[in-house]
Amino acid sequence: MAATEPTPLLELKNLSMSFGGLKVIDQLDITVNKKEIVSVIGPNGAGKTTLFNLITGIYRPDAGEILLEGENLVGLRPYNITRRGVARTFQTLRLFLNMSVIENVMASQYGRTKVDIVRAMLRTPGMRREEREIRRFAEEKLSFFGQRLMGYRWNQPAYSLSYANRRRLEIARAMATDPKILLLDEPAAGMNPVETHEITELIGQLRDEGGFTIFLIEHDMHVVEGISDRVVALDHGVKIAEGSFEQVATDPRVVEAYLGTKATATK
Amino acid sequence: MTDSFDTPDLPAPPPEPEPSSGIGVDSWVAEADRRRLRGRGPLGLAAWGWESSPDSLKLLAFVAIAASLPFWLLSSEGNLFNFGLFTLIFVGLGLGLNVVVGLAGLLDLGYVAFYGIGAYAYALLSSPYYGIHWPAEATIPVAMGAAVIPAAILGFAARRLLGDYLAIVTLFFAQAFLVFTNVSNPTVFGKGLTGGANGIPLLDPLTFFGHKLTSTRALYFFLLGTVAVVAAAIYLANQSRIGRAWRASREDPLAAEVMSIPVNRLKILAFIFGAAVAGALGAIYAAVTTATVSTDFNIGVLIILYAIIILGGFGSIAGVFVGAIIINVSFEFLEPQSDYPSFKRWLFYGVIILMVTRLRPWYRSALVLAGAAGFGFAVHAIVAATAGHAWTSGRTVSGAGWITHWVVIPQASHGNFRNFLYIGLVLAILLVASLPGWWRTIALAPTLYLTAVVWENVLVQNPAVTALILFGVMLIVLMAVRPEGLLGTARVEIV
Amino acid sequence: MHHLLLFNIIDQARQLGWGGAFTLLRNGIVSGSLYALIALGYTMVYGILKLLNFAHGDVFMVGTFLGYGVLIGFGGALAPTIPIIPLILLMFAASMAGSGALGVAIERFAYRPLRNAPRIAPLISALGVAFFLENSAQLLTNSAHELYNGYALGGKNGNFGPLLNPVFSVAGNPVTVVMVIVVLTAIALMGALVLLVYRTKLGKAMRATAFDREAASMMGIDTDRVISTTFFIGSVLAGAAGVMYGLYLGDAYFFIGFLFGLKAFTAAVVGGIGSLPGAMLGGVLIGLIESFATGYVGGQWSEIVIFGILILFLLVRPTGLLGSHAIQKV
Repeated sequence: MAATEPTPLLELKNLSMSFGGLKVIDQLDITVNKKEIVSVIGPNGAGKTTLFNLITGIYRPDAGEILLEGENLVGLRPYNITRRGVARTFQTLRLFLNMSVIENVMASQYGRTKVDIVRAMLRTPGMRREEREIRRFAEEKLSFFGQRLMGYRWNQPAYSLSYANRRRLEIARAMATDPKILLLDEPAAGMNPVETHEITELIGQLRDEGGFTIFLIEHDMHVVEGISDRVVALDHGVKIAEGSFEQVATDPRVVEAYLGTKATATK
Repeated sequence: MTDSFDTPDLPAPPPEPEPSSGIGVDSWVAEADRRRLRGRGPLGLAAWGWESSPDSLKLLAFVAIAASLPFWLLSSEGNLFNFGLFTLIFVGLGLGLNVVVGLAGLLDLGYVAFYGIGAYAYALLSSPYYGIHWPAEATIPVAMGAAVIPAAILGFAARRLLGDYLAIVTLFFAQAFLVFTNVSNPTVFGKGLTGGANGIPLLDPLTFFGHKLTSTRALYFFLLGTVAVVAAAIYLANQSRIGRAWRASREDPLAAEVMSIPVNRLKILAFIFGAAVAGALGAIYAAVTTATVSTDFNIGVLIILYAIIILGGFGSIAGVFVGAIIINVSFEFLEPQSDYPSFKRWLFYGVIILMVTRLRPWYRSALVLAGAAGFGFAVHAIVAATAGHAWTSGRTVSGAGWITHWVVIPQASHGNFRNFLYIGLVLAILLVASLPGWWRTIALAPTLYLTAVVWENVLVQNPAVTALILFGVMLIVLMAVRPEGLLGTARVEIV
Repeated sequence: MHHLLLFNIIDQARQLGWGGAFTLLRNGIVSGSLYALIALGYTMVYGILKLLNFAHGDVFMVGTFLGYGVLIGFGGALAPTIPIIPLILLMFAASMAGSGALGVAIERFAYRPLRNAPRIAPLISALGVAFFLENSAQLLTNSAHELYNGYALGGKNGNFGPLLNPVFSVAGNPVTVVMVIVVLTAIALMGALVLLVYRTKLGKAMRATAFDREAASMMGIDTDRVISTTFFIGSVLAGAAGVMYGLYLGDAYFFIGFLFGLKAFTAAVVGGIGSLPGAMLGGVLIGLIESFATGYVGGQWSEIVIFGILILFLLVRPTGLLGSHAIQKV
């Protein structure tokens, strides 16, 4: 990847955020280049999910800038940020549980479609055309997961899915917003080794075949090692290391952050 | 893919005995759910037929049956008015409210006020009150607009706190509307704008492009058409990106927002949509009843509407029809001046016995019914022997003489007696609800008898209030027992 | 209205003068104390369950009837069979105990089964309970206004009793014993509540449950019991407010619960829902606004003025006066 000149897609500049007196993100600078897979690691409470909440507009930073292709996202409502090309999944899995699988993926296309309520009620030809396109796009995104989310599963409620399939549906739903960058919050959490392996390959495919840039939070070091172009380590909201997986994993400060002592790296 | 857990090529694979992994069992779980829900026997068959027929066919079937009603079941003018027209108005109101509550998940307690605003708009613009006689094709859109404007303001005011605050703001709005129309009644052009407590009488009949709809039948068919169109429109909206966005915002507002859905804007849209439907129906209601009085838009009406959509099931369009029919028909039967005085009684005892027969095993229900009967005759005999004639001869019951030999009906002079009875019944029901197993069965028999005594002594005397009490209880019980209603689908929440 | 609203108000204020203004202030503070007591019940339940307990106003209504029942049981205000101080204390005791029990029963049977149900389910259940209580009261009382005749308590032959004796007067406008009782009792009860919540183990458990129910239960707090206690305390306050309402404003009526409850709820929102001092402040504020709106704009507009203030508050300061912004967990 490093062969061509990297163009920055998402830039966080001097980002800070505190809850009450507690600094959760402290003067953070991170750049994610186009078609890059960047992983964020760090112990619990390091501010990883807060970082995602800041980027997607759920929280508002106290200071700093969040630039997507040079355009500042700070202050925009979450739906507007998503429309500009940032999509995310939730670590805690926040699917629309009582809607069907395919409806989940159709619902998240709201921002890229425009039929209003009057035309929807009249079922105009334009509305039907758009509806067909929404469905086709949703099926395309679901087919990304092989047979996992295909066939009879389309019309089943999301709550009937297994845990791993819910994670996949989260990703499909995020993809359907047609983003430039995907923020994946612990996509392999709670998965068994086989599934973890599969999701690791899939994230690679998302970049190579889907053309997405990927910004990832992950605890499973096998996943991080397998796919990351670059790794950023956070602790108490501060960037403590950045570089290749090998560089970061052996960095004494990272080891200290994880183990609390200056022990040797064991991954 | 080399894992052995999943067999996605089979349509419904049997569950793998693999408790450590959830993979692959989802299709089986879904099948099991469906099997469990289906049930057996004719009811199961009906449910299957209902599920597998297309929605447009269901609506057509309803319209066809409803259109035939004036020619057989509701052939008398009065019946068509009370059962037909009012059920349709309730269906229409329920459909609008269902969009707000069922699809968008907003607790709109000001819905009746929008309904009332529509009615007053019609009353002011199509009546001799100010001498303005606009035709309905002009008045109804204005009525909708008049309802939409305050809805937009309210929705905007509560936009940042749409969840709970909307409930209290709209409830207060409903109250403020009642006070405004009933008490404030500001003077405009020399007259009280809303006519105060007397309301505005002598409204014009519905007139569309010079055609007057005066007969009950004409109004019925007009309302049927309106309701069918509204139902179809809401159905189509629900199947579009707007409907999906509504449901997504109801499921998880934050996730919906992050998935590019402007949640607040959509919720306000649903709120306004509901207000528009209510406004239109208010105008029609005013024309149908030829007068507008503020008490027609009080909190009681709101509870009836909620009972309708909850009974039918949140978010279910067909459920609104079922709920409105059940509630309005039972309400008409419970009316004080109902033409069916003894029917009321049969309905009541019928429902009670039906509920008891649902006890399992069967001998429990038999035991309870026999126990209640025996308990009653025993109590009656004891009271008659010890307290004398005045305690058992309060009233004769025509057509059901056995009741006076079973239920203790004292004469009217024993005033406080009935209040203690009523409170005693409430306590007894709460006791039964908290008792375990067989104790509950044993306590049920005297409670049933007490229910009958309260019914004959207290409730039958004041059927209008009784109906409202029963609706209140129904809301509580339904929420605890079957929150999805009759036709709604069970919802799963994140835990 | 023939004049512009503002001129009307100024005109009215000039007519009423300073004495009139004092009367309005006095009335506002007294009824505001009642609103505050009821608002506390709303805000406590909201704080702990995030539930708008629509039935709370009707618990207050039942309280007015319970107090009335005791009064009638001892001969009524015109011919009491026991001295009036124990009689009033008995009324308070019965109303507070009865309302408290009612609150606990409501929580147990209408809300507890819905702990993990969708948010809207307990709200609708609350609506059902409110409706049930209101219409039951209507049925049992035949829609009658049951008069407390508190003015006659302790008086001879139906004359004014000591409750209407002035404690002090401002420009000829008396502040009577019953008003002082209302305000002082409200202050005492609120003080006791604050002590309970911030100084006792139970209060700590309540605050912990309000903050995070699940975590609290994992820390060994019996959250069901804490919630039950919260309902009990809120309802006891409403019961006390019920008796005071009867003594001060004169009657028990099935519909007052809805109206009074609605205004008390507005008080809780204006003060910042979930905040105890906010509920007290909001209550007094709503009492004052209502009183002055009645005096200067006209009684038929007072509820609409309060509604306007509620809307204004939600627009300008949606968290209320003393409420704080909660951080949403994601």
